[in-house]
Amino acid sequence: MSVTVRIPTILRTYTGGQAEVAAEGTTLAEVIEDLEKNHTGIAARVLDDQGKLRRFVNVYVNDDDVRFEQGLATVTPDGAGVSIIPAVAGGC
Amino acid sequence: MAVQTVATSGSPTVDLGPAAALSCRECGHRVPLGPVFACEECFGPLEIAYDFSAYDTEELRKRIEDGPANIWRYAPLLPVPADVADKPNINPGWTKLVKADNLARELGVTGGLYVKDDSGNPTHSFKDRVVAQALEAARAFGFTTLSCSSTGNLAGAVGAAAARAGLRSCVFIPHDLEQGKVVMAAVYGGELVGIEGNYDDVNRFCSELIGDPAGEGWGFVNVNLRPYYAEGSKTLAYEICEQLGWRLPDQIVVPIASGSQLTKIDKGLQELIGLGLVEDKPYKIFGAQAEGCSPVSTAFKAGHDVVRPQKPNTIAKSLAIGNPADGPYVLDIARRTGGAVEDVTDEQVVAAIKLLARTEGIFAETAGGVTVGVTRKLIESGALDPAKTTVVLNTGDGLKTLDAVAGTGLTATIRPTLDSFREAGLA
Repeated sequence: MSVTVRIPTILRTYTGGQAEVAAEGTTLAEVIEDLEKNHTGIAARVLDDQGKLRRFVNVYVNDDDVRFEQGLATVTPDGAGVSIIPAVAGGC
Repeated sequence: MAVQTVATSGSPTVDLGPAAALSCRECGHRVPLGPVFACEECFGPLEIAYDFSAYDTEELRKRIEDGPANIWRYAPLLPVPADVADKPNINPGWTKLVKADNLARELGVTGGLYVKDDSGNPTHSFKDRVVAQALEAARAFGFTTLSCSSTGNLAGAVGAAAARAGLRSCVFIPHDLEQGKVVMAAVYGGELVGIEGNYDDVNRFCSELIGDPAGEGWGFVNVNLRPYYAEGSKTLAYEICEQLGWRLPDQIVVPIASGSQLTKIDKGLQELIGLGLVEDKPYKIFGAQAEGCSPVSTAFKAGHDVVRPQKPNTIAKSLAIGNPADGPYVLDIARRTGGAVEDVTDEQVVAAIKLLARTEGIFAETAGGVTVGVTRKLIESGALDPAKTTVVLNTGDGLKTLDAVAGTGLTATIRPTLDSFREAGLA
């Protein structure tokens, strides 16, 4: 399954400045694994030492926050858009 | 003399007064001052590290007391240039700290109850405090458009600040906000865009826009300027203590949306202690949410240290952030200080708005109903000690959320005669 991943500014050092990259995987976990193959170091920024999503990272598959879905096990359909976004935004 | 020294790294290239660097609250990674908000190492929130080492306590106290009757009296403790008061901005702050004796009697508080009434700010909510900080950062970084994601109050504050400063504003709100807040934001003439979705959807959109060329030159006060913006809430802590005669309150009840305000009030109190401006003694901070959007109080009660997002459904729309960025830190602070996080139903919010209006003549927006309602609940549960000095925040004006009390109306309709007056039982 091929998906498009939107990369936040603070991770673009790993993607050569690209704001969007392609990745393969049927779940979010597989997509992140594939990202790591092509952009070494990026997985450690998104996942903590236990391999879980860092608490200040929001990830959306299409319009759905994966925390409301199955987290890293969330299915990523072919053609899906995956967005990685810093959680520390908004409000006051 | 007491001083507080913050070690710094990075090389600030802008003049933002005592602000020395940005530091990650999560992992401590430091970067120079700039329009960034999340740590490149761990995505944690960046916040301002200061260098207060040059300050003498009594000189600083005098400088503050001699300062203007707005937040700029605290300029030496904020990320703003020394001449900030001379620039065009809306000069918020120094709002009333009302001694609420009538409310205290109703709630059984004997140790002194105060309402910090931030409806007195220029656009009638506490948001003017934070936007004023963000405006200075926007100027420092050369932004030409001021923007934000907003539940309503912030939209008005950004519109007004941009108008005064001569900047363009373009702000984003959920499309179904209270009409009063839409008007109060639109009237300043900036662009106001409704997004089909809730606040968290708006926030996500803004976070993506900031990384896109379309967002270049834009200062989003609560995204890429968030470290500066958030510091404005420290001024609530400074004012409360100064208005109490340079004394810490024993207990403070603070509304929680993203949780940033509560964390910055704690930061402000800690700074005053570190600088020797107040006596170092324990205080408790309590967080208040509406039941229909209570991710932080749910986590607090469950003993969790992470916050599971919720889909908001409450009349307290200014607090309706289902995925609160600073939620984990609110939990840490409530537990560290011996406070708590509690929530109330929408019915209790409305009852509390009316209670505050009836007892103190203060018409609060729904967020104020949340804090007063939670205060009552915490007293009843024994979590809040009625014998201690307590400050409750009202962060906005009730005129912004008239719908919440729409059922309130005439006591009677009578003919213009004395007989009719007597018949209605009004004599």
